[in-house]
Amino acid sequence: MRGGRRRLVGIVLALAAAFLLAAPFAFRPYGIFILTMWAVMTIAAIGLNLTLGYAGQVSLAQAAFVGIGAYITACLTTRGWPFWSTYLLGGAACFAIGWLLGHPALRVQHHYLAFVTLAFNTLVYLMFRNEEWLTGGIYGISNVPRPHLAGWSLNGPREFYYFCLAHLALVALAAWWLIRSPWGRAFVALRENPLRALSLGVDTRRYTLMAFALGAGLGGISGVLYAPLVQFVDPTPFALGLSLNLLLMVVVGGSGYFFGPFLGAMVAVLLPEWLRFTEGFYLMGYALLVMVLMVSCPTGLIGLADRLTRRTSRSAADVSVARPGAAVQGEGAR
Amino acid sequence: MTAVLAVRDLKKSFGGIVAVDGVSFEVEEGEILGIIGPNGSGKSTLFNCILGQLRPSAGEVRLDGRLVTGLRPCDLNRLGVSRTFQLLQIFPQLSARENLILAGQEHRGGMLSRLVGPSDAGLSATADRMLAFFRLEHLADEPAGGLSYGQQKLLDAAMAFMAGPRLALLDEPAGGVNLTMLASLRDRLKAMNVEQGSTFVVIEHNMEFVMALCHRILVLAEGRVIAAGDPQQVRRDRKVIEAYLGD
Amino acid sequence: MADVVQLLVAGLATGAIYALVAIGFTLLWQTSQTINFAQGEFVMLPAFFVLIGMSHFGLSFWPSVALAAVVSVVVLGLLFKRLMVDPVIRHGVLPLVIATIGLAIFFKEVVREFYGADAQPFPPVVAAGDMTVLGIAFAVQSLVVLAISIVAVVALQLFLNGTRTGRCMQASAQNPTVARLLGIPVERMILYTFLINAALVTLASILITPIYLAKFTNGEWLGLYAFIAAIVGGFNQVRGAIVGGLLLGVIDNFAAAYLSSQYRMAIPLLILIVVILFRPQGLLGRIEERTV
Repeated sequence: MRGGRRRLVGIVLALAAAFLLAAPFAFRPYGIFILTMWAVMTIAAIGLNLTLGYAGQVSLAQAAFVGIGAYITACLTTRGWPFWSTYLLGGAACFAIGWLLGHPALRVQHHYLAFVTLAFNTLVYLMFRNEEWLTGGIYGISNVPRPHLAGWSLNGPREFYYFCLAHLALVALAAWWLIRSPWGRAFVALRENPLRALSLGVDTRRYTLMAFALGAGLGGISGVLYAPLVQFVDPTPFALGLSLNLLLMVVVGGSGYFFGPFLGAMVAVLLPEWLRFTEGFYLMGYALLVMVLMVSCPTGLIGLADRLTRRTSRSAADVSVARPGAAVQGEGAR
Repeated sequence: MTAVLAVRDLKKSFGGIVAVDGVSFEVEEGEILGIIGPNGSGKSTLFNCILGQLRPSAGEVRLDGRLVTGLRPCDLNRLGVSRTFQLLQIFPQLSARENLILAGQEHRGGMLSRLVGPSDAGLSATADRMLAFFRLEHLADEPAGGLSYGQQKLLDAAMAFMAGPRLALLDEPAGGVNLTMLASLRDRLKAMNVEQGSTFVVIEHNMEFVMALCHRILVLAEGRVIAAGDPQQVRRDRKVIEAYLGD
Repeated sequence: MADVVQLLVAGLATGAIYALVAIGFTLLWQTSQTINFAQGEFVMLPAFFVLIGMSHFGLSFWPSVALAAVVSVVVLGLLFKRLMVDPVIRHGVLPLVIATIGLAIFFKEVVREFYGADAQPFPPVVAAGDMTVLGIAFAVQSLVVLAISIVAVVALQLFLNGTRTGRCMQASAQNPTVARLLGIPVERMILYTFLINAALVTLASILITPIYLAKFTNGEWLGLYAFIAAIVGGFNQVRGAIVGGLLLGVIDNFAAAYLSSQYRMAIPLLILIVVILFRPQGLLGRIEERTV
């Protein structure tokens, strides 16, 4: 039974990989652009999935980190700095800020943490919007160049798409390895039962901060790729709306499942474009889907698939399961 | 020889209520100490104070002579102190083996070493041995949530020993376990004590279990030690009988 | 000096509206662990019900308001509880938060799609004009808003503390198990809080929409202000929501007048962060003990 399910997953993955590799040859530039956007957003969602899905820390600040990464890239590359420097600065800056943002998580939990991160996100957005000398304010930064790799220009939609896809693959591999490592186990312990984890020697303080830092760092990387993708960076995309959207991506896809973010980003980014003809109704349908899922299957779409394919046994190595409700039984602040 | 655990004049009050009122005792290496007492006598509070879950209002706790009062539970754990909880707290989503690996992985090396090292932190073999010792090896890959209550209790106890602790504090390990499992649990704990030389402190309500397992017993009532001695002595002590039956 | 007093009164007026919304938010949390992320949209919506009543059913203002109130109480109170909160809350708080985020998006899109994206004017409760009190000119509207809100809050407090049902509601909020043992129909009490919340948001909607116009995006910032007011005041106390709301309205007004308008929003946000980090029980709240 387990082998059969494994084979099914393998087939689906192989088909998906084939599709992703071949797509640019069948799609027009705009279609490739959307697919690239999906890849970039999935990276941010993977980050949030680490923080929320695996470590159980509610963060509504992910959009701020995407924004920080994007603005750092835009500022630097328009001033002629090489692209690789933006990884270091964008990713590292977000990692550090995420580490700092994790400190409130040590004091408060769940909905209070959600509000603190929400406030942080909005403050960062205000800074993006108001500090014209740094970010160009509402006028933004335009003509963000696309990088080149050893002299080979990545300007074209197809080239840049593969560039981002490669990043997604690397991030996915890194996340997979992280989750299977002792850190992954410690994160699950942190999420499921922090008290028990503490008594087993798990330094919950360090792991909480790390969960935030890693999630934020990935958000930053996502931003670093976002800037050259859209080639114009302004504050509006990084408002609270994106944080909520990323949260929905993680939860709809399946919080705490490895492929949750991929699926969630697909529903949030790809489907609206492919179902363009539905226009405003798409968002309504998406919102309805979210509500229906929360009523019937809060473990998201992958949780639903999991339930339907009726697994007989699973270990943390296979798919780590999260029950968003179990981790968050709302109580007051600590 | 310094006692493994030395508790001196430990006090804990919550507002006006004094839960632990000046408790002192020592535990020698290789000893199994039982702590019994009627409900509300402060046993769990005492544990929580020793283990860093609560900050004692007064008094000190020493591990091998070293002052450890108020250390965080994870730091105490790394010094070799482990515990089980009254309310069973295993991780139902992880397999039995994974639970054990988790229980042992935070002991060696720093956080970073755990990221770059092997995914099981080199503990699969130890975990399997532990599973075999507790006769749970056939359940190694089962999600822990699927085990029976008694099996989960055994797993919980096994987790406490994963890092070969100096001192294990077991909070009502026999609670809710059926008779056959109980015998198995007592037998395994006794074996762990004899073979590994582990030192335990056990809180229990189950008299038979405690009398059969422990070398020495402490009786708590209203936050104070009212009797101490080997099981036979304590059983006959009038103060103990009064404390349980009321006056 | 006159400026300060005018700002103060205007701030108290908007603050009173925030307080109404924050009270509802707090009540929902207290009684049923519901964090309603769509609370802002709940305030946005009734105004549109009124507009639809007037333009599509040809009713005049007050009958429209009555109709809107009934629809709101049914949809945002009864249906919200039965169709969304009850089925989802058993999975935990976070799924409900997510569901209400979805609900907020849903309401926004429905209004945008079916009514329109443009801001619509909304008739005020009283005609605009000034009134001079002690030599200082105040907008009549501010004074009326303040008066109505005070009446509403006082009525609510009288209900909660003075009537049997109200006290049963409080008991259900503080200790549902014991309340059940005492024979209090806890489920019905919880339903009442949802209905009260719906009534409060309707009132808030009527009062605030004339100022900011009816727009589908109103919910975004209204919700945020409600959360901040509730938390700063003290999340487990109705009194806290009142204090939080008034404080927020006044601070916001002064910030807009004296500080850069660009960072106006930053002040409430910073206050929120500081309060959550250093006094999470809020100004008036009590620390909720955590059992080990």
